[in-house]
Amino acid sequence: MNVLACVKRVPNTGAKIVLTDDNQRIDASNLGFTMSPHEECAIEEAIQQVEAHGGSAHVLTLGPEDATEQLRTGLAMQADEATLLETDGAEWGPRATADAIANAVRDLADDGTEFDLLLFGTESADAANYQVGVRVARKLGRPCVTGIKSLDVEDGTAIAGREVSGGEEIYEVDLPAVVTVKEGINEPRYASMRAKMQARKQELDHLEPAGAAGGGTFEKVRLEAPETDDSAAEVLGDGPDAVPEIVEVLESEVEVL
Amino acid sequence: MILAFVEHESGLPDEVSLEALSLARSLATAEGTELAAAVFGDEGAALADELGAYGVEEVHHVTHDDLEGYAPEAWGESVAQLADDLEAGTVVVPGTDRGHEVAAHAGATLDAPMAANCVAVDVGDDGAYELERHRWGGSLLEHARLEGERKLVSAAKHEFPVEAADEETDPTVVTFSPSLEAEHLRVRVDRVESGDEEGIPLGEARVVVGGGRGVGGPDDYDQLEELADLLGGTVGASRAAINEGWRPHDDQVGQTGAKISPDIYIACGISGAVQHMVGCKGSETILAINTDPEAAIIQKADWAVVGDLHEVVPELNDAIRERT
Repeated sequence: MNVLACVKRVPNTGAKIVLTDDNQRIDASNLGFTMSPHEECAIEEAIQQVEAHGGSAHVLTLGPEDATEQLRTGLAMQADEATLLETDGAEWGPRATADAIANAVRDLADDGTEFDLLLFGTESADAANYQVGVRVARKLGRPCVTGIKSLDVEDGTAIAGREVSGGEEIYEVDLPAVVTVKEGINEPRYASMRAKMQARKQELDHLEPAGAAGGGTFEKVRLEAPETDDSAAEVLGDGPDAVPEIVEVLESEVEVL
Repeated sequence: MILAFVEHESGLPDEVSLEALSLARSLATAEGTELAAAVFGDEGAALADELGAYGVEEVHHVTHDDLEGYAPEAWGESVAQLADDLEAGTVVVPGTDRGHEVAAHAGATLDAPMAANCVAVDVGDDGAYELERHRWGGSLLEHARLEGERKLVSAAKHEFPVEAADEETDPTVVTFSPSLEAEHLRVRVDRVESGDEEGIPLGEARVVVGGGRGVGGPDDYDQLEELADLLGGTVGASRAAINEGWRPHDDQVGQTGAKISPDIYIACGISGAVQHMVGCKGSETILAINTDPEAAIIQKADWAVVGDLHEVVPELNDAIRERT
């Protein structure tokens, strides 16, 4: 079974998000980069499914050359192959991204790698458009389940669970299929230093992305860091001496006692 | 025509759907057009009585012999067909898992653009939407432009008020029978397995006691559990603590975990990273207990105690126990 996990490179934001002067992106000059937490789980899931059923696990991203860092993270986790759909660094919208990924999946199939399972994060950490996985599935004519937190594959069928109030909805879909996952579906492994070193040397597949947005327009104008109420907290005290004040707050202000 | 997808439980509309109706109605007013609702399920028609208060003029009850229970692609396909039938310029959905899933499918069918988790939508002079939407779980806003013969927007949860219309309507109920192929119906809920109903779900708790990296290990959550019990609440954790393996993932508060809205969030040993704060910003009040007076969480909290949670929490538990 061949499994493809699609990921996105995003800044590793800290306690405060600072924008560039033109308000077009996050000022990442002092930040490292990572991938969305859901997608780290998508890679882990791809590897686990391949460990269980054989085949190979691939990682793919659409992004600038620097996004090879995230692909190498996937390789260090023991994915077998990685593909970069290399952009000039400009942000791609969800529909063009989905089109480019669907085209890449077709291209990889033409080159002999058919994927039984495509895994995405349900939404990316940054733009969170909630649609790329579904749109890829529809372009490829494959069934799609989203927001999945448990996944088993048995005899060519994916049994996927989604958390709902009071329990779990279970879906059964025939492969090939598209599944978008949420953090918590598994615990992504830590790559060993040795695996990281090896991943650094591994060949990556570079493809030119070909994607069109389609009818209508959805485009970013600018970003804004919303005003937050950063008036400092009322300090109730230091250490255990503050306990009477805490009790007072719980009793009179919040009325939970 | 503005078409709103309304989720409901046995004929009673969900709160987030009512919030989305507020957005949908404001768009219908701005565009001088009518507001219609798309509803699914056996009790869907019963919704008409409820939706009149929100200015809905037509309730389209989607029915199909093979449409039993939730089927994301079939629902999305149905909404798309209905939008075409009504020549609806915009489909508005609630910013829920299902809302987003149905809208993404409808958008794929219609080849139409979709903007998720909007917090404000203005209709420009040219009819295009100038909108604001959440990025990074709401810690950043994106100003975007959305236009098209058909377009889709989701209303971010708890960003729009549930407001009755100035003039109540008496909606007509219209049955809509989509034409569905087998492939639209291949994904559907096969069964629902009930979870272990232990404790209060994080999203519904009135009191949440959160523990982060500062807790130091899995055992010390006992103190937080005790505090939560005393206050009739439940325990949450930061992603850092989950990644350490100290708590199960279900306890996570944050962008990729639970969004909480308690009366008070007691954050113990949590630094206050952006990804954590978007999960707890719905809290009425926040009390931070942290050794670091410079921690970001102190800026966001209403009250702070500078100190070691391992000393403060047990003593607080004793004090609460003594008064009862």
